[in-house]
Amino acid sequence: MRADLAIIADWIKPGSSMLDMGCGDGTLLKYLRDNCSVDGIGLEIDPRKIESCILDRISVIQADLNDGLEQYFSDNSFDYVVMSQTLQAMDRPDILVEEMLRVGKQGIITFPNMAYWKGRFQLGIGGFMPVTKSLPNQWFNTPNIHLCTLHDFEALCKEKNINILERTVVDHTHSKSTLLMRLFPNLFGEIAIYRFCLNGI
Amino acid sequence: MPDILPPDSVGIVESKSMHFDKPLQLECGKTLPEYDIAYETYGELDDSASNAIMICHALSGDQHAAGYHSTEDRKPGWWESCIGPGKPIDTRRFFVVCMNNLGGCKGSTGPNTKRPGKDTYWGPDFPIVTVKDWVNSQHRLMLELGIDHWLAVIGGSLGGMQVMQWTIDYPDEIEHAIVIAASPKLTAQNIAFNEVARQAILSDPDFHHGHYLEKNTIPRRGLMLARMLGHITYLSDDSMREKFGRELREGKLNFGFDVEFQVESYLRYQGHAFVERFDANTYLLMTKTLDYFDPARDHGDDLATAMSGATAKFMVMSFTSDWRFSPQRSREIVKALIKVNKQVSYVEIEAHHGHDAFLMPIPHYLNVFHNYMQNLGRDIR
Repeated sequence: MRADLAIIADWIKPGSSMLDMGCGDGTLLKYLRDNCSVDGIGLEIDPRKIESCILDRISVIQADLNDGLEQYFSDNSFDYVVMSQTLQAMDRPDILVEEMLRVGKQGIITFPNMAYWKGRFQLGIGGFMPVTKSLPNQWFNTPNIHLCTLHDFEALCKEKNINILERTVVDHTHSKSTLLMRLFPNLFGEIAIYRFCLNGI
Repeated sequence: MPDILPPDSVGIVESKSMHFDKPLQLECGKTLPEYDIAYETYGELDDSASNAIMICHALSGDQHAAGYHSTEDRKPGWWESCIGPGKPIDTRRFFVVCMNNLGGCKGSTGPNTKRPGKDTYWGPDFPIVTVKDWVNSQHRLMLELGIDHWLAVIGGSLGGMQVMQWTIDYPDEIEHAIVIAASPKLTAQNIAFNEVARQAILSDPDFHHGHYLEKNTIPRRGLMLARMLGHITYLSDDSMREKFGRELREGKLNFGFDVEFQVESYLRYQGHAFVERFDANTYLLMTKTLDYFDPARDHGDDLATAMSGATAKFMVMSFTSDWRFSPQRSREIVKALIKVNKQVSYVEIEAHHGHDAFLMPIPHYLNVFHNYMQNLGRDIR
């Protein structure tokens, strides 16, 4: 399993309920169901990945996350709502983050950090839009239309009265977390992983 | 039939019939004193009767869901694309049952059969049956076949509505509910189309208030019109454009009202063919059954409450170009199921075939269906 998914799996309490927004082939849901008795539903848009989910007996709903969660889910339906490597490709990430905390008690998000030093170098010194291992597309064909940095995301959370419970950064292999990454996450962290809830909950 | 039977067909099958002499109380208040049910089965029932699957047919369907009745048959059963060895509903694994619903015209008691002990047809006096009544009669057949529960009940369109009703009325006797291209209830537009179809039949001078069989005639024009109208709603704008465009049969305009465009020719052909195989009173009945279906009605118009007692696992599928029972209708079902914590998967299949897509061998549809059914096969006790 991808290491960011392993970190997420670590954060989720056994026996809880979760919604996986953009669940892909259902890897995380399957792992959590089989190992942690987590009762989950996935949302996915890709037909091939949905076929895999069905084969693995994952409850999956074919949906476009840009349509929001309103048409299926009422308030407080889940313990956790997870969105892994999807936020940056959404039409309105801010609205989706709100939606996550409407239907779930806690949200977990991972996204590529735009302020990662290689990206900064490519743009700042080279003068080109960054193309890195975690952001492999060219500017003209990238699905990632709303890129942000750790600072940006945390500013959004502050504005929305969201309390960050946990934060970690990893590299594109999602495996290493070096001292530099821990000291200067917004510079050396390639992928950010956050767990958060609404303030006062 | 093709010269050689395809290996993934159930092959030559026959319709069977079962007589029920215990009266069936109907939702309309009337009682059917006795009746026959025509049905077909494919595959073998295992020793513990745990591999049985019920297929529910749609408006103009019948018990002949797969295979061929004889080597002379031009076409196989209506769901040949999904039922057979190696197909999603794999007859090597499952015992498949499909019956002609009450009020039908293919052997089960209905308007075109004789009243018990009399020499007259039921005709227009056959009581209006509902989806609930059908499910009750299907349940009786299930018990008579020595089956105490269905591994799955599966149906498309009006068939999908029967599946939903099964999960409400017999929650402990259905493990999986596969609801395809269905709707929790008809929209005003759906009912309007049904009403025009009914008026076409009712206003045919050969209808004779429904007693046409005694007059040795059939309301040919009315039934044909009803089918032509229905057929338009089963296809999509895109599929019609792709199939016919504005192609002319003779390559030129004739400035008259005879068939000129290919689509006219197609619709007339469909209409004519339908008249030969279907009964007008049955068509009236089945459209009413559709109009009346609304399981939420008894639960304060809340579908979630209506479904709350279900214990089955649900698989819901819809098709993007279906405007008769659009994906939005299926999403309503899914939303209700999620609200009351039912296990459900929902797939919206990209297809341009309109409502008829559920009968088509669309690869993504077959893959999803196949994957789901494969797990059921593995679960057989």
